[in-house]
Amino acid sequence: MPKHLISIHDFTCDDILKTLEMAKGFENNPYQPFLKGKIVASIFFEPSTRTRLSFETAANRLGARIIGFSDVDSTSISKGESLKDTIKMVSNYSDLIIMRHPLEGSARYASEVSSVPVINAGDGANQHPTQTLLDLYSILKTQGKLDGLRINMVGDLKYGRTVHSLMQAMSFFNPSFVFTSPEELKMPKEYKDYLIAKGIPFTETKNLNEGLNDADIIYMTRVQKERFTDPIEYERVKNIYSLNLSMISNCKPNMKILHPLPRINEISQDVDNSSHAYYFEQAENGVYTRMAIISKLLEIDNLTK
Amino acid sequence: MEKQLKVSAIKDGTVLDHIPSDQLFKVIDILGLQKSSNQITFGFNLDSKLLGKKAIIKIADTYFEADDINRIALIAPQTKINIIHDFEVVEKRVLSVPSTIKGIVKCMNPMCITNHQAVETLFSTILDSPDIKLHCHFCEKITDRDNLKIISNS
Repeated sequence: MPKHLISIHDFTCDDILKTLEMAKGFENNPYQPFLKGKIVASIFFEPSTRTRLSFETAANRLGARIIGFSDVDSTSISKGESLKDTIKMVSNYSDLIIMRHPLEGSARYASEVSSVPVINAGDGANQHPTQTLLDLYSILKTQGKLDGLRINMVGDLKYGRTVHSLMQAMSFFNPSFVFTSPEELKMPKEYKDYLIAKGIPFTETKNLNEGLNDADIIYMTRVQKERFTDPIEYERVKNIYSLNLSMISNCKPNMKILHPLPRINEISQDVDNSSHAYYFEQAENGVYTRMAIISKLLEIDNLTK
Repeated sequence: MEKQLKVSAIKDGTVLDHIPSDQLFKVIDILGLQKSSNQITFGFNLDSKLLGKKAIIKIADTYFEADDINRIALIAPQTKINIIHDFEVVEKRVLSVPSTIKGIVKCMNPMCITNHQAVETLFSTILDSPDIKLHCHFCEKITDRDNLKIISNS
């Protein structure tokens, strides 16, 4: 097990499976205060309420105390303090650091400066590995396995870091992929080359109706307005890549829809009550997965299953 | 026609030959030659059968560590290194691309931490022949040869 979790590439297939197994233990018994007396620093250089609350809930459930900040306005960073100095200081105070930062590579750098484990809670558009692990946990939980699944990824496949990391992590488990996106937001060539090199089959389509009926997982992402130079194009695309209840009437019974949230209109409200909707439970799974990640990095292993 | 050296010979030192002309000043920069106090002569836009136009640098009384000289493989991989003792070439070296590059190159990703704070860049090299690509240790993005910018040594 590596000391830090900065990128999903830091975890081997075995590390991933062990973490997911531990997450299951926490789901069965969420109150295991193994971190009593420990201090977890939650330092958010840009606001992200959802991720921060999930991490802080996880640390609280483990019995740790939390210090930190949720934006930089009230800190010395607004006075121009370097990331290095902030991390040096915080790692003197705490047993583990959870960090979100707008600059890419900031988490890797922090892990090299810090004397305690660092968890990357998102470094700009680069990595968000705990999201990937909670996605894997949600897939394992709903499908009973990770192996041999058909996954349809929809929306912004060009800039969406969650789809890139999930695609790479899933590639340990013989998947097949459908990539559904507008021309402007197609899966970049480097990732397709990666799949070709690993012999993993995939197809690409612009039509959302195409890859729904044989999918085990439909992974929806938000199409962001700022990615488009032409606002008319955005309005057109936004409405095309919107999933509604009638579209999934012929899908497989085990099919689940995941979304990293927040959603805007990629998934219509009428899907929420369907047995295929899983995005809210997915967010809840984030707490158990993060409890497992924190425990693993602090080398706590003897938990109740 | 009588053959004549365009750049006069040195007694002892290092000669860098077959540098593409348009890379000469970058090579000087990477090796930090502007800070050297030794005698340096160079030729620029010389005729070359191999390159069309080439450049040559002769640095007296200076020898480079392999790690230092290999850094120019990023921009001028075909450069030939001749070690001179007493006006004779005693050793010829070819460049090999180092597996990691520390400093020297700027990461092309404007959102990379190395472009905002005092963090030295670090890349692993990916040989995607004939090209060299650099994978940033921090932001994990690729900087390719077309976007390769040298951090000035001066």
